[in-house]
Amino acid sequence: MSIDIETTKNIAGLARLDLSELETEGFTEKLNGIMDWIEQLQAVDTDGVEPLAKVNDIETLMRADVVNDGDCRDDVLKNAAESLEGYYVVGKVVE
Amino acid sequence: MGDLTHLTVSEALSGLTNKDFTAVELAQAFIDRMEETKNLNAYITETPELALKQAAESDVRYANGTNLPLDGIPVAVKDLFCTNGVQTTAASRILEGFIPPYESTTTQNLWDAGAVMLGKTNLDEFAMGSSNTTSAFGNVINPWRSITQPEADLVPGGSSGGSGAAVAARSAMLATGTDTGGSIRQPASFCGITGIKPTYGRCSRWGVVAFASSLDQAGVFGQNVEDCARMLSAMAGHDPKDSTSAKKDVPDFAASITGSVKGLRVGVPKEYRIDGLSGEIDALWQQGIEWLKSEGAEIVDISLPHTTYALPSYYIIAPAEASSNLARYDGVRYGLRVEGTDINEMYAKTRAQGFGDEVKRRILIGTYVLSAGYYDAYYRKAQRIRRLIQNDFITAYEKCDVILTPTAPSAAFPIGENEDDPVKMYLNDVFTVTVNLAGLPGLSVPAGLDKNGLPLGLQLIGRAWDEATLITAGSVIERCAAFQPLFSKQNHPVAA
Repeated sequence: MSIDIETTKNIAGLARLDLSELETEGFTEKLNGIMDWIEQLQAVDTDGVEPLAKVNDIETLMRADVVNDGDCRDDVLKNAAESLEGYYVVGKVVE
Repeated sequence: MGDLTHLTVSEALSGLTNKDFTAVELAQAFIDRMEETKNLNAYITETPELALKQAAESDVRYANGTNLPLDGIPVAVKDLFCTNGVQTTAASRILEGFIPPYESTTTQNLWDAGAVMLGKTNLDEFAMGSSNTTSAFGNVINPWRSITQPEADLVPGGSSGGSGAAVAARSAMLATGTDTGGSIRQPASFCGITGIKPTYGRCSRWGVVAFASSLDQAGVFGQNVEDCARMLSAMAGHDPKDSTSAKKDVPDFAASITGSVKGLRVGVPKEYRIDGLSGEIDALWQQGIEWLKSEGAEIVDISLPHTTYALPSYYIIAPAEASSNLARYDGVRYGLRVEGTDINEMYAKTRAQGFGDEVKRRILIGTYVLSAGYYDAYYRKAQRIRRLIQNDFITAYEKCDVILTPTAPSAAFPIGENEDDPVKMYLNDVFTVTVNLAGLPGLSVPAGLDKNGLPLGLQLIGRAWDEATLITAGSVIERCAAFQPLFSKQNHPVAA
């Protein structure tokens, strides 16, 4: 068991997922099954191998530093759960 | 006039040009077909009014001779592509009711080519799945049925299951898909149609709901190779809004259907002959090799030694990227919000209620492998193995021009099967996932039926940017296989 109940609770907290006790147990079991299967990777010799983060050979293109988007506040706010006077509204964050 | 839903794209285009029928009549035929096949649950949102409006515009262009490359062709859009003014859900409760105020670049390219939108197709939630059983909007039913077990509803594959089922059932002439680990090719195989996942960077990702950004690529479904080639030419191209999209010319892919594979070197990787590979799949693979050989191709044995590590590496990289991409669903800017006593509780409750179990599982794995102390052991390790997998292909392509493999390890299976063990479900992508890790193009073409009368596909894998060779070789396999699409088969009536 590489992942215990406490670990699941910890990562669920980091990921902002509210899990019940029962769900936490269920996910712990499934995650262990997956991580046990993933463990086979440790057998691969990767010494000196450069990690691959970008898969294609295209170069990053530069563009002029000019504003070419925006001025669509009302469009953007249309999908908000709650908005007021051009702002998103959330519950009180600072006491 | 016959049944317009049975036409290929080129037949439809010539019918429209010759005024045998109008684009509105064509759209109406597909709208009627959507209605008849509603039980397949292939669509989350249908947009018949929009289709008829676009079709009427198309008819005007035909009338004054300004018609476009896909003018009047009815297309279904995977509900992962943002569509201006039309709900986009990613098959998740967390995005239900989200109406994008913008259009994804790839769908805009299709409308600019004259295509007509029929609706938004069902998928696995956030494209995470291989059976379309993780959708918050219900399972999709494959229009194919097993001869031996005709009462069982089969999965269409996933994640682009709705798109696959719609094209197979002819409730769309073409459909968009996305492919992160096999999500176009596996459903194409399960539904007896053709699908292309282009090279990473060929199609813009802008406006496509992100799953795993270094792997995601938009692509196409069609009844045959030519239909797919025409659609891909319209959809692909550089987009300044996606810095990973390539500034490369997009060929007229349909022109690659030359009918000849003479002298083409076709690689057959020994590592794909996995333990427990079904005899039928192996036999079909051999048949594919024979077809290409008889057409003048040279068959070359190749080795892709790190194949066995591709799937577990993928299940580190994809969830890691997903956990980061899906952090944006916070109940503030769009979609669902569930109130809590403070903002953190609001986030946690919103995400708990909005995401399904498979999505949560992947967010948790991704968060775990990226968390302090595990990053090097898992994430870095997987990225190093990804390099080895890409190197395998680079070496192989010194000896061959294209690689032939089966698309999936099985035919479509009954809904509910493989649900108990996530790893068992993940194995559906064993032949497709390497292609995403290496950023290469892949094509699945239907090549035969199994003993239950269900379709099986063969996969062609190309060099980066060489979709053209896949299309050339794919159309030769298509001709040799003489595969009969579903609607023409009397013994496989559509479930409707």
